[in-house]
Amino acid sequence: MSDELKTPLLDELEKGAWPSFVTDLKSMAGKSNMVKDLLRQLEKSYRDKRGYWKHGGLVGVMGYGGGVIGRYSALPDEFPGVSHFHTLRINQTSGWFYTSKALNELMDIWDEHGSGLLNMHGSTGDLVFLGTVSDELEPTFRAVTEKGWDLGGSGSDLRTPSCCVGPARCENACFDTMALTYNITHKYQDELHRPMFNYKYKIKMSGCPNDCTAAIARSDMGVIGIWKDDIRVNQAEFANYVDSGFNVQEFVVEKCPTKCISVEGKEIKIDNSNCVKCMHCINTMPKALAVGKDRGVAITLGAKAPIVEGALFGSVMVPFMKMEPPFEEFHDLLGRIWEFWDEYGKNRERIGEFIVRIGLATFIEGIGLDPIPQMVKQPRDNPYIFFEEYYKEEEEK
Amino acid sequence: MAGEISVEQIADDMYSMVAESAGQKKLKATDLTKAMIAKYGDKVTKQDAKDAIKQLIDSGRCIYGYFGGSSIEIPHTEGAANQ
Ligand code: HEM
Ligand code: HEM
Ligand code: SF4
Ligand code: SF4
Repeated sequence: MSDELKTPLLDELEKGAWPSFVTDLKSMAGKSNMVKDLLRQLEKSYRDKRGYWKHGGLVGVMGYGGGVIGRYSALPDEFPGVSHFHTLRINQTSGWFYTSKALNELMDIWDEHGSGLLNMHGSTGDLVFLGTVSDELEPTFRAVTEKGWDLGGSGSDLRTPSCCVGPARCENACFDTMALTYNITHKYQDELHRPMFNYKYKIKMSGCPNDCTAAIARSDMGVIGIWKDDIRVNQAEFANYVDSGFNVQEFVVEKCPTKCISVEGKEIKIDNSNCVKCMHCINTMPKALAVGKDRGVAITLGAKAPIVEGALFGSVMVPFMKMEPPFEEFHDLLGRIWEFWDEYGKNRERIGEFIVRIGLATFIEGIGLDPIPQMVKQPRDNPYIFFEEYYKEEEEK
Repeated sequence: MAGEISVEQIADDMYSMVAESAGQKKLKATDLTKAMIAKYGDKVTKQDAKDAIKQLIDSGRCIYGYFGGSSIEIPHTEGAANQ
């Protein structure tokens, strides 16, 4: 086999305006046989139109049921460099803040024990260490934990909680996303490392309804910042927008989904009782408008990607909850949800599928939540419904 | 009552279940927990079951596996493994 690296199909991916992972990989291929064989195997896959990876289900580190994703090449003789190509998920920091010192330490460890390839960040949120052999898993784990890092989740466990930068950089933040993420990560170490659920459970924190972590679509449980009182208005700044020629009517008033904004002269009026907190007006005129002051979160449940069943969005279960340390009300609810899902959920059934199967009414009763009008999908068309609370024994006589 | 059956006893029972079903059915943490509660009733709590699983894993008698969902297994070499 020649040592030369020929990848005509992969080279196509280097064309065009965007940065290419192929270029990145090539820059490391000279130093690493693992990266070189990774490119070769991928080129072959592109040519043959099939994948040459085998999933390894047993690799991991002692005591942990998650954090390592096992992969083997199906062609180890042809591509010995990627005979083993396991991935480690390293629990990211809340809000993804790092010092360059910390990153350098991590990369020194990974250059020593693995391919040196890093993905920041995986769709779960973690730092993803791509590619090492079974014998290097424990040494890598030891080295990263010595520096204060830990593995993230994988398998049927609590996945690495993740959040937006929240109050660290963003004036829209309605709660401390990073504090809650840190709190959850530490409180549920067993749930994170020792898979004990029916299937994965992802929690994502977004500081406001802009939902920069896409919690409503990508997490079994979305914790999304929200306010209860009125949008704060700075009329002088609003007048500046009007004076600068910004078309407030077209870009703000008409785009409000509930049409609850009106403008008189250079003054904006918002009917807050009809505002659905879509963030549009605030995003468009950040100097004039801001989130309210009575802040908390809305909690959604049930989003998932289409693996076993089809894709689902999350539904609001709790429209408003205060969110301050030690977050007791939140943990209390989470405990009830896990307990109920544990007891009645099926193997590989995400919480969203579980809710669809048993019905929302049964579910919220099971976890002890009250229904809210927004949970009603459509008016009932079946008149034969028996309402226990309106029924009195005596009337029958 | 909780605590009447020792965590060691529960771990041993779980180990037998895992060993017996090896190669036939993959057992999850919840399968083991539910089986113990079915066997011992309220003499075993969910926490006892969790502690027993922890003991099986931390002692190396069992390991976690992942094939679609997570399972608890006897250590062995998997089919996909390359040398
Ligand atoms: C037919 C083949 C494959 C399918 C259907 C598949 C499917 C998936 C899915 C659905 C996820 C997302 C899981 C989640 O977080 O909810 C995932 C994640 C992942 N897969 Fe695959 N996969 C395949 C092959 C591979 C191969 C060949 C590799 C590596 C060599 C790989 C490495 C990974 C890694 C590292 C992640 C986690 C990425 C992250 O956390 O952002 N997968 N895969
Ligand atoms: C054109 C005239 C009528 C039509 C099209 C009609 C149609 C229906 C239909 C579709 C049902 C429901 C059957 C089901 O449960 O699936 C029903 C039930 C019933 N209808 Fe009528 N109906 C008519 C006239 C009447 C009249 C004149 C009476 C009585 C004087 C009557 C008494 C009932 C009763 C007692 C039931 C059963 C309700 C129950 O389920 O307890 N219907 N009818
Ligand atoms: S979700 Fe909201 S608070 Fe968080 S970064 Fe995005 S805009 Fe800011
Ligand atoms: S946040 Fe959305 S719904 Fe509320 S006033 Fe602004 S545009 Fe309208």
